[in-house]
Amino acid sequence: MRSHIREFDSSTLNESVQNTIMRDLKAVGKKFMHVLYPRKSNTLLRDWDLWGPLILCVTLALMLQRSSVDSEKDGGPQFAEVFVIVWFGAVTITLNSKLLGGNISFFQSLCVLGYCILPLTVAMLVCRLVLLAEQGPINFMVRLFVVIVMFTWSIVASTAFLADSQPPNRKALAIYPVFLFYFVISWMILTFTPQ
Amino acid sequence: MAAADELAFHEFEEASNLLAETPDAVTTSGSGQLTPQGHVAVAVDSGGSYGAEEEVEESDKTALLQEKQQPGFWTFGYYQSFFDVDTCQVLDRIKGSLLPRPGHNFVRHRLRNRPDLYGPFWICATLAFVLAVTGNLTLVLAQRRDPSIHYSPQFHKVTVAGVTIYCYVWLVPLALWGFLRWRKRVRERVGPYTFLETVCVYGYSLFVFIPTVVLWLIPVPWLQWLFGALALALSAASLVFTLWPVVREDTRLVAAVLLSTVVLLHALLATGCKFYFFQPLPLEPLAPPPQATSLPLNLLPPPTPRSQVT
Repeated sequence: MRSHIREFDSSTLNESVQNTIMRDLKAVGKKFMHVLYPRKSNTLLRDWDLWGPLILCVTLALMLQRSSVDSEKDGGPQFAEVFVIVWFGAVTITLNSKLLGGNISFFQSLCVLGYCILPLTVAMLVCRLVLLAEQGPINFMVRLFVVIVMFTWSIVASTAFLADSQPPNRKALAIYPVFLFYFVISWMILTFTPQ
Repeated sequence: MAAADELAFHEFEEASNLLAETPDAVTTSGSGQLTPQGHVAVAVDSGGSYGAEEEVEESDKTALLQEKQQPGFWTFGYYQSFFDVDTCQVLDRIKGSLLPRPGHNFVRHRLRNRPDLYGPFWICATLAFVLAVTGNLTLVLAQRRDPSIHYSPQFHKVTVAGVTIYCYVWLVPLALWGFLRWRKRVRERVGPYTFLETVCVYGYSLFVFIPTVVLWLIPVPWLQWLFGALALALSAASLVFTLWPVVREDTRLVAAVLLSTVVLLHALLATGCKFYFFQPLPLEPLAPPPQATSLPLNLLPPPTPRSQVT
């Protein structure tokens, strides 16, 4: 799942597994840094990979799991639902931006949208820690504040990467679905109650 | 890069032949790709010389205005023609649906016979999510009043909302369009709308429900019904004013029945959403959808009345 920028692909076949894994992990880590400090740069777009989004999506879905004591019908999102929402949402937004005439490729867009879930995953971690304390309005206010900040961070990060690929008179049309996507994920994080 | 893989090998040969013939030719990039230098994209259904290809591209642009020649439905360009709108155009269409005027036909004045799928699709998606989110919020508010109510995220309601709204915006226009085409022989002057124009009208008419649903958070029952009636009136008026020129020439009976069916279905959608997503306070968790008015207080006199469990 890597873009073709190496000329001699066969040379990586002989290296040890540890080298391969460390190289991929470093690439994923570098992109995480780019998301946390968003500047207009091409790194996410040039060397796209889907490992980061997969790790983030699985982490988020695992953390959003509740115990299965509740009835299935009335509960929060299950693992599969979170997965489907994240990936289908990302695919829909990518198709939307391509149909509007953007010049970004399918996987580059998926990569950017997936990596920009990182702030919201951090918010989920923080919320889970905060929920270990006693429940109450202060607890809720803290979680609300954290989720809002991370939601804004996600939007700013993804806009920094995606906005340039759209024709100028359609930027808002392409960014609005991104806003809706991260809003839904933030809503899932905020309504999480561990029972 | 995916589109390059889809092009058959013989088309690349054709493209390189074309480039060899006309060395000064301008290469065009494929739709939606970051293309490296010198990449030639050949449209799937173009053929012949480069001159013909240029004409096809030129006529594709004019064809959208004249509806003479469209790319085949298997090409990406076909679907791109439905998303050929700018931000200001979408905002303009939304404004047009919010303020329906008797003389102004939404399709002729706002759409100008160029329907788009962006508006209906994302308005429905927004409405589905807003319904689920605000419905959940009313449960939170109910729980604060009555701590015995069990709060849960109710995530399955998103699925229900989405399926209902999308089905409404696709199936009802389909039925309407089919009916209008069937009655075409009765009308002489005004032709029926295309299927996409009907979908567009329905999609944009649902926009007024988005702020209404948010306003339904206010827990005052008569205010909720007022907002609902107002939104329904605006939305149905927009639909009726658009359909009136088309059914005007039909017999009175058919016109009356059609318009009242349209309004009735719209009202059904609005009240269905209100009852399913906004159960009034307070509420017993597993009761069927209760009435909006309060039930008899023949139990102990608590600060909030309890509904009878059937």
